[in-house]
Amino acid sequence: MRLEPIANPSLARQFVPPALAIAASFLIAALLALVAGGNPFSVFGLIFNGALGSRFALLETLNRATPLIFTGLAVAVAFRAKLWNIGAEAQLYMGAVVTVVLGTGAVTLPAAILLPAIGIAAMLGGALVLLIPALLKTRLGVDEVVTTLLFNFIFLLFVSYLLEGPLKDPMGMGWPKSERLIPEARLPRIVDGLRLHWGFALALISALAVWFIDARTTLGFEMRAVGQNPEAARFAGIPVTAVILKTALLSGGLAALAGFSEVAGLKGSLTLDLSPGFGYTGIVVAMLALLHPLGVVAAALFVAAIFVGADSMSRAAGVPTYIADIMLASALLLTVLAILITRFRVRRD
Amino acid sequence: MDIIEIFLSASFWAAAIRIASPLIFATMGELICERAGVLNLGIEGIMVAGAFAGWIAVWAGLPLWGGVGVALLTGMAIGLIHAILSVPFGLSQHVVGIGITLLATSLTFYTYRVVLPEVSSPPKIMAFQPYEIPLFSDIPFLGPALFSQTPLTYAAFALVAVTAFVLYRTPLGLAVRAAGESPAAVAAQGLSVTAIRMGAVIVGSGFMAVGGAFLTMSAFDSFFFEMVNGRGWICIALVVFGAWKPGKALLGAILFAAFDAFQIRLQQTGVGAVVPYQVFLMMPYLLSILALILMSRRAEVPAALMTPFNKGER
Repeated sequence: MRLEPIANPSLARQFVPPALAIAASFLIAALLALVAGGNPFSVFGLIFNGALGSRFALLETLNRATPLIFTGLAVAVAFRAKLWNIGAEAQLYMGAVVTVVLGTGAVTLPAAILLPAIGIAAMLGGALVLLIPALLKTRLGVDEVVTTLLFNFIFLLFVSYLLEGPLKDPMGMGWPKSERLIPEARLPRIVDGLRLHWGFALALISALAVWFIDARTTLGFEMRAVGQNPEAARFAGIPVTAVILKTALLSGGLAALAGFSEVAGLKGSLTLDLSPGFGYTGIVVAMLALLHPLGVVAAALFVAAIFVGADSMSRAAGVPTYIADIMLASALLLTVLAILITRFRVRRD
Repeated sequence: MDIIEIFLSASFWAAAIRIASPLIFATMGELICERAGVLNLGIEGIMVAGAFAGWIAVWAGLPLWGGVGVALLTGMAIGLIHAILSVPFGLSQHVVGIGITLLATSLTFYTYRVVLPEVSSPPKIMAFQPYEIPLFSDIPFLGPALFSQTPLTYAAFALVAVTAFVLYRTPLGLAVRAAGESPAAVAAQGLSVTAIRMGAVIVGSGFMAVGGAFLTMSAFDSFFFEMVNGRGWICIALVVFGAWKPGKALLGAILFAAFDAFQIRLQQTGVGAVVPYQVFLMMPYLLSILALILMSRRAEVPAALMTPFNKGER
């Protein structure tokens, strides 16, 4: 078989295959729910209800989407420039560590100054974490996929050390847990009494900012050019190495904001289970969004709804929550296949 | 214990060989895929699936070697998905591999929860026991270290020999290597690059799964969620460290495992009392990154690695 590019794909061709891909991943999940002894229809009903069925559920979904928007943006920005950042998990934890170091009383300032300062410091921290693999890539040609992956393991161990040592809460009853943030370092709730916090608004603003950088600035153009063809970009006089490093700083910074917003907005302190794989799920979010910054918001909401819904469904129907991960992994693989079909025709010969 | 004493003890080297065994299987699997031109980032998930599949098959009543067969077939089935997406469709090998890892891992955990809904600690199986090779196991030092291992370890060494033989001494091996170096030349010979690459990914994935199964069926006797714990990614680094050659990759795996066995023992010495244990646990990952850095200057990468081959294009 052979792939033939399609010059002008019809509107139907552009939208039907991705829709079918999502539908197929739901079908796979339905079959798996059946295997586990659940009724697929009621399982999906429960997922839907658990994610969107009540005001509480809806806000929970928005809360869960917040870190995913950040990690999704981080991955999308990097992938656009063909920088394979699989290490958003490590950058997220770096953001969380910086937030805890600065936010537990070491610095006392009014919230209006302290919060932005912590956010920026967290971004710098996350940027540095990705800068190391990016430098190894540009200077020595070391593939960043494996280095960023390995950094996730290294960094989680580092956080484990911090939580049992220097950052350990002396009042924590022996649990590896940091002290709580001072009130000035907490992101306020958007509406009093509800869990939804300003981290969500910050995520939306970040998505807009990334969209602006991508669509309206020279850097955005250069990033895409480097991603499409580094040789051609170099020939056209684009400083490829500098663009890759800038991309790394932006991507690492965005992922770190996920850690900042989870600690300052939601949890108030740092534990080792801060992220149930937000960094890895960010890859799915970015791919479902076709690497578009604004699409990331939609994809993150979709993914968050599936996770939140699956959690509540699991309690009600006894189907393991891992069904959410399976749906998303199959959606990821089927969507990349579907995108190919929108652009190429498969010819037999 | 003294540091010199550690290196002089046969039990240390026996542990190193044991720790190396799963890495050897998975590294050979990855090497075969990469030699044919496909970077298989599904390795971590495939190892998880293999670890579970082999163990659960034995728990369900299959003999041990039957469990190894189930793990192999599970890996090959997942490899088939990877192969279809990455070879004829030529999708980004990075994205496909990460997707396969997520899919295989979550499917495994899901199946585990479906099969064993209520258990808090997973059931144990009667795992492979050490088999002392007659005569050889009596050799001082070498005997206990090399020839008193479980049969799967001997299989791992045999796999390296077979892989090296097939890659360098048979027409099939030539075709596989050529598919990774210059697929156009393979196609010009009238061979199917697609078939060779798909075959390599499927077979290679099968070996990765057996590597995973070593953990549940030979090193331990049960399945735990975090059991593979990045070993797959480490194997990718080992392939680079071994310059895509089976013998060197084997050597790399043993060196790496020796270091791992060493840091475990070092934790029990005076050093372990001073240095936080997390530093020791970081060592394998840091070492992998170091290996990648050291080998980065040597350009022995298969030329067509990660390049999809589409007959229509030139």
